[in-house]
Amino acid sequence: MTPEEIRAATTTTEEKRVLVPSVESRPVPTPTWKAAPKLNKSPLHGLWALTNRDLKKWYKNPIQLFISLIQPVVWLALFGKALNFSAFVSQAPAALQNQIMVSTFGTTSYFSFLSAGMLAFIILFTAAFSGMSVVFDRRFGFMNKALSTPVGRGAVVTGKVLQSVIRSLIQAAIVLGIAVALGMDTTHMTALGIAGAFTILFLMSFGLSSLFVMLALRSSDWQTQMAIINLLNLPLLFASNALLPVKMMPSWLQTVTSLNPVSYANDATRQLLIGATGTSSLLLDFGVMIGFAAILAGLGIVLSWKLLSK
Amino acid sequence: MDGLSKIYNGKIKAVDDISFYVKEGEIFGFLGPNGAGKSTTINMLTTLIKPSSGRALICGYDIHKQATEVRRNVGVVPQEYTADEDLTGMENILLCADLYGLPRSNSKAHAEELLKLVELSDAANRKVSTYSGGMRRRLELASGLINYPRLLFLDEPTLGLDVQTRAAVWKYIRTLKEEYHMTLFLTTHYLEEADSLCDRIAIIDHGKIIKIGSPEELKASIGGDVIVVGVKESEPDISSDIAQIKLVKDVKKKGSDYRIKAELGEEASPQIMDVIRSKGLHVNKIALTKPTLDEAYLEFTGRSLREEETDRMQMFSQRVTMMRARR
Repeated sequence: MTPEEIRAATTTTEEKRVLVPSVESRPVPTPTWKAAPKLNKSPLHGLWALTNRDLKKWYKNPIQLFISLIQPVVWLALFGKALNFSAFVSQAPAALQNQIMVSTFGTTSYFSFLSAGMLAFIILFTAAFSGMSVVFDRRFGFMNKALSTPVGRGAVVTGKVLQSVIRSLIQAAIVLGIAVALGMDTTHMTALGIAGAFTILFLMSFGLSSLFVMLALRSSDWQTQMAIINLLNLPLLFASNALLPVKMMPSWLQTVTSLNPVSYANDATRQLLIGATGTSSLLLDFGVMIGFAAILAGLGIVLSWKLLSK
Repeated sequence: MDGLSKIYNGKIKAVDDISFYVKEGEIFGFLGPNGAGKSTTINMLTTLIKPSSGRALICGYDIHKQATEVRRNVGVVPQEYTADEDLTGMENILLCADLYGLPRSNSKAHAEELLKLVELSDAANRKVSTYSGGMRRRLELASGLINYPRLLFLDEPTLGLDVQTRAAVWKYIRTLKEEYHMTLFLTTHYLEEADSLCDRIAIIDHGKIIKIGSPEELKASIGGDVIVVGVKESEPDISSDIAQIKLVKDVKKKGSDYRIKAELGEEASPQIMDVIRSKGLHVNKIALTKPTLDEAYLEFTGRSLREEETDRMQMFSQRVTMMRARR
């Protein structure tokens, strides 16, 4: 065999490779992108993009919206109509009936009482699941992708909170519409009252969403997150005046209820929407909710700086 | 890029006191078995996790003190498919553009340019949930380029892809280097990928860099080509005569075969034949094997199977990536 034959024979078995010229032999060029534009360096850039991403996922998938509305509607239509408290006092004269109802519920109709509570209910449940999307983003790598961009860490968290707030308020508006259609008392409703009620719901949603997003920041496990949601959700709901008035509760539960921000939100929405007699003044209700939202939102942003980078 | 060194001592030493530099305009490969510390290193360099000690400069910026500047200058193509299933390819890319703070006036045209580069223009307005694994990978690549990066990180860019898509991804990577003169840093555990793409490779294992060099250097470092010459068994042993040849480094006779280690096997072979023939002996067969990167790699990392603990999340994300790639 000649050297050429051997070379031919051996190169066939050799892996065919495209050899790139070695780096040392070339001059070092800089990247030749067509001039990169100036970047928006404000700390809030990308906030709306992140919020909108989650909102798009939501409204492009109307089944999700539909399912999220089933629960409050079932509560209203079945629980609210079944718990006909007026029946307990139907023996009494009409005037006394109304008096008992008002002194218990602050309004003559339990259904209207519950309807206002259901607004808090939908806000609470939507907010609770805001943490889940953080967990999913982490699991599927989007979180890391976002964190490798110069977008502000605070914007990542605020985006999550904001999308949850917007979703929950839209859902609350739909629930309110359904409640009215099912017979909620509208005689006391004014544009200003509705605006005030939604301001309260906005504050409540902002605070609760911040809380649940915060709890999910480090989590990559949805079972844990589900457990946290259930651990907090039902106590927040039952140890509040959302379903039943505080007056009906034993005193220890009344104490717990008075510490629950959900109670203050309900107290305010009932005063504003159905003209119910409140347990605390509107001013106090707003004060508590503003404090609640501000503290949790602030905490969320501070924790995002700490927790989002390992 | 300047000198780069890093020390990381966590509870587990995922990456243990490694130092290296990457030249501008080269493709630098990080090669190592699962759990070797490749992803941890990439995560540190892309500012996702903080190093416990040590420091690194990327494009002249410190990864810890100037993290935002680093993020603006590098692109990242993560191992996972991070694109949002419910959005279209275009929407996904524009979302990334917004996160980098690119003005919409520019990002739309740039996104179109990048989608064209990765041959996804036709699918730009389709939901990602309808994309195949290869299309998703290409979309990730385009998203990683949206911010005009000087340096692009690719974490296992072809994990779970079929041969055609892998070839396409390799082609894009070469285009980026050759036409855009970008610097690329990729991790892989596929040897042929490192071999055919990278200018320089670092073999990493147990958090330490074992060897850095070009693929050729790594192969040469395990001792040249192997030539096997078959003769009649009854013939006398002439090992010592063969060993006289300049290019031959080592000769062993096993039964009827000579196993010869030599530099430049193509040139050594005919000389060996001449020596054998000059002794009046007959050559039955001759085979020349070039050392592969596989052999070099196994030489450096050992042949034992790995039973390292990986965390649950990493296993999950790899499974999801492989699963989606197959679609």
